[in-house]
Amino acid sequence: MDAPNIIARRIARELSSGMLVNLGIGIPTLVANYVPPGIHVFFQSENGLIGTGPIPEEGMAHPTLTDAGGRPVTALPGASTFDSAVSFGLIRGGHLDLTVLGGLQVDQSGRLANWMIPNKMVPGMGGAMDLVSGAKRVIVAMQHTAKGKAKIMKNCTLPLTSMRAVDLVVTELAVIAFPQGRATLIETGPGVTAAQVAAATEAELLMPTHIPEMPQ
Amino acid sequence: MKTVPLDQAVAMIPDGASVMVGGFMGVGTPERMIDEIVRQGKKDLTVIANDTASPKVGIGKLVRAKLLRKAIVSHIGLNPETQQQMMSGALEVELVPQGTLIERIRAAGFGLGGILTPTGVGTLAEQGKRQIELEGKIYLLETALAADFALVHAFLADYLGNLAYALTARNFNPVIAMAGKTVISDADHIVPVGVIAPDHVITPAPVVDYLIANS
Repeated sequence: MDAPNIIARRIARELSSGMLVNLGIGIPTLVANYVPPGIHVFFQSENGLIGTGPIPEEGMAHPTLTDAGGRPVTALPGASTFDSAVSFGLIRGGHLDLTVLGGLQVDQSGRLANWMIPNKMVPGMGGAMDLVSGAKRVIVAMQHTAKGKAKIMKNCTLPLTSMRAVDLVVTELAVIAFPQGRATLIETGPGVTAAQVAAATEAELLMPTHIPEMPQ
Repeated sequence: MKTVPLDQAVAMIPDGASVMVGGFMGVGTPERMIDEIVRQGKKDLTVIANDTASPKVGIGKLVRAKLLRKAIVSHIGLNPETQQQMMSGALEVELVPQGTLIERIRAAGFGLGGILTPTGVGTLAEQGKRQIELEGKIYLLETALAADFALVHAFLADYLGNLAYALTARNFNPVIAMAGKTVISDADHIVPVGVIAPDHVITPAPVVDYLIANS
């Protein structure tokens, strides 16, 4: 299994029935493929949809039924649509149980940078700042390193998305939580040792005595 | 509410106007109005919208034709031309968190001076903003954002101008309909009064100034 799917499958274990969940573009989108059997969650697209379903069959796309990337989706039975003010009211108002976002960097207290690289890539924050500030739980889905460089760092060098620390970072090498504001290795990736995680991480990682491997 | 042909509706927009445009990545954007703005060659517009779509879609066409002086948007990541024009200084881009942008527009349309949001505290988005602490929590004071025109795409409009929307094409449309000094709507279907049941009207007719006639 490749890194994005290892990450997505692990994050899907955080889902429980009845949750309202927002998945960002990229690896987070894959989480929908691993919803455990018997678990029913509501997926939100921040362009105004709860009950986002899979990509439509060939020829069945509707031009006004899209996800936040503008791509065609389907709507599941029980779906609802609404305007952008309601959509972000859901996000900021304590109604969104979980958001899963991609990341460029995370610092050792759990603060995320994921919306720009100054003078290089300025896509805009879109909904990311609201999602990280407002969701009840925030999980970052990202590869552990970028071109060999650590992305989990002492301090982010890129502009932060929010001052609010994320709850969990899931990579192909590790699951990291931030109890008391300190990066803590709580699981290692399949076949990965804690030493390998530490070597690929710039942040100071707390290492509990027992660190289980990510459940398969 | 008056019904007007497309060219006359767009002719009302002067160069230099501020224009709110509905749509999310072009979905729910009044595409005919965009094409007519390009055809009439309006200049120095300030566009307020969720995003600048992609180069050949929706607001992306205004960017490509270099008709914009400023864009107040949350996202330009899928339009490299907006990024190029921003980097070269040809286009001023004000990036606003999406939830803050829609609330600033809503505030204007709902008669409020602004809103308090926790989004953006401690980030680049707080530059130039006042922080206000309420009951131990820090918020940014974000001011209301109005515009000269709101260009609203609807699914249904009745003869009076009541509007209903379709699926994810709703997005910014009903919110900007409250915040434009002049509101022009283009609907996929114009239907008799009563076809849209009162409970299904999302934008009430009195806020719509002009409805674009079928061509």
